[in-house]
Amino acid sequence: MELLDLYRIMYRIRRFEERVERLFLAGKIPGFVHLYIGQEAVAAGALAHFRPGDYLTSTHRGHGHALALGVDPRDLMAELFGRRTGVCRGKGGSMHLFDARRGMLGANGIVAGGLPIAVGAGLGLRILGHEGAVFCFFGDGALGRGVLHESLNLAALWQLPVLFVLENNRYASTTGFAESHAFQVPALVGAYGIPYLEADGSDVEEVHRAVGELLAHVRSGRGPAFVEAHTYRFKGHYVGDPERYRSRQEVEEARRRDPLGLARARLLALGLAQEELEALERKEEELLEEAVVFAEGSPWPDPEEALVGVFAEPVSDYPWEEP
Amino acid sequence: MREITFAEATREAMEEEMARDPRVFLMGEDIAKQGGIFGQFKGLPQRFGLERIRDTPISEPTLVGAALGAALVGARPVLDIHFADFLLLAMDELVNQMASLRYMSGGKLKAPVVIRAPDGAIRSAGAHHSKSLEGLFLHLPGFKVVAPATPRDAKGLLKSAIRAEDPVLYLEHKALYPRKGPVPEGEYLVPLGRAEVVREGRDVTLISYSLTLHKTLEAAEALARDGVEAEVVDLKTLYPLDWDTLLGSVERTGRAVVAHESWRFLGPGAEIAATLEERLWRKLKAPVARVGAAHVPIPFSPPLERRVIPQVEDILMAAKEVLAWA
Repeated sequence: MELLDLYRIMYRIRRFEERVERLFLAGKIPGFVHLYIGQEAVAAGALAHFRPGDYLTSTHRGHGHALALGVDPRDLMAELFGRRTGVCRGKGGSMHLFDARRGMLGANGIVAGGLPIAVGAGLGLRILGHEGAVFCFFGDGALGRGVLHESLNLAALWQLPVLFVLENNRYASTTGFAESHAFQVPALVGAYGIPYLEADGSDVEEVHRAVGELLAHVRSGRGPAFVEAHTYRFKGHYVGDPERYRSRQEVEEARRRDPLGLARARLLALGLAQEELEALERKEEELLEEAVVFAEGSPWPDPEEALVGVFAEPVSDYPWEEP
Repeated sequence: MREITFAEATREAMEEEMARDPRVFLMGEDIAKQGGIFGQFKGLPQRFGLERIRDTPISEPTLVGAALGAALVGARPVLDIHFADFLLLAMDELVNQMASLRYMSGGKLKAPVVIRAPDGAIRSAGAHHSKSLEGLFLHLPGFKVVAPATPRDAKGLLKSAIRAEDPVLYLEHKALYPRKGPVPEGEYLVPLGRAEVVREGRDVTLISYSLTLHKTLEAAEALARDGVEAEVVDLKTLYPLDWDTLLGSVERTGRAVVAHESWRFLGPGAEIAATLEERLWRKLKAPVARVGAAHVPIPFSPPLERRVIPQVEDILMAAKEVLAWA
């Protein structure tokens, strides 16, 4: 994977998220929105290794993972708008994105909710005799949940092909990392005998390298691995977050290590022409524009669709009331 | 017809389904080496190996989540939960994740998981090992809920559950495992979502399922000695409910009693009674009566446990009250 491709994905995520923020504030997107801005290098660097037959579980901050996976920005935007053309036909929304065709087994509204599912996907691959690895993304907030510890244990015990990707953005909702965790992450992971690497989550090449190394282990059938990417979310926990828990100075400092800025500077230093970079960026802007037009122009779901789809076949609790 | 126990019938169902479909696997605590605490998995590891019959750590949330994950990639997991009470440890994985998944994904993913959970009160197991939680899970959309009463249905319903495309909560009353009954040889299925009139009668319909069905049948016998002909309906599947069979029977008899071990307050009987009254108001000769557990945790001491859990005489008394209406 060339740096330029990684940059393209990061740029796509960044512009998508900035646009989502504006659309949300303009009242076009219902619900809550959790932006990925600042963390782009993690999704881009890790998921560059994603292959057909692999699977992914994500978090409530999942737009970036979906885009890095190749989910069509139009389908994603339409889902955020709650339209019928959305990737979940308007039944999932920002925090609950699924794309079966691409192996996306769900963003998740529950912190650490995806961990046991990822472990089970790894188990399923084993039972079925399929190749493939499961990318399990979660934030530092997940470290507080018991199910994380159970999941690490089960994955290690059964040597399942799961890559745990901790995106440590230093805040669990509004609570700082040090206020929530009495343990050291490498020690925790080491206790389960799981290989661990940490990476600068603002450096897309470093994330890419670390994940590549760990995936070689996972794909060879020797069990799970764990990468901790140190990153930072530039925006609040959700759009509208007053961010009383951190200083503006801290955010400004972090922004100096903008993963896009770092990658862009490196590309130019490597001799890439400014015009070539701008052409790529323009192409991405056009794709984003298309996605917004597509989402805004898409129909709302028929309200009656709300009543179906819980089971494989329709179930009626009051069959005599059917039209 | 040969007679085998409820536990043997479910073991046969597992064996046949695992032989039929290599995607089916089974996991749970103490099931492989020990054969399950009720012997319901005996011999299966010898035939299918420890990869497909897995002993697990005591980690219910992750086991439920993992069953879901395995189903999402195409396997057909059957998860054994030691006691139904332990389902409560994994409510996020059950409700937020598994039950909602098909719907939230716009129908693009499915979760064909069977969760087997022994429930019910038996020999003073106390509050952490005695609950009947179907009322709770019926309230939450996304589960098919099955509660067989006989070895025949245990085999046929479990096989149907494993072939279903949706999450199935398969509740087995602990007191039923050693109970014997006729079970046909070889392959047969009992469909999900269908009830059965297991005893015909014209005076009152007694509706039940699982272990309480047998108490209900005893009550029907006692009523027969007084010249009252009670019809008995075994629900078998609690969600979706077979309203056709229920409404048909109660329309004929004009009287109904619903009996179960789940708590009476907001229990399955409440929904059934309310719906029967909505639908058959003018045809009913009496209000629908409900029999269920008292609204307390399940106590330890035998006389206390007996007081809380519905007994034959409770069903009999409810039937007599319903019959007393002119």
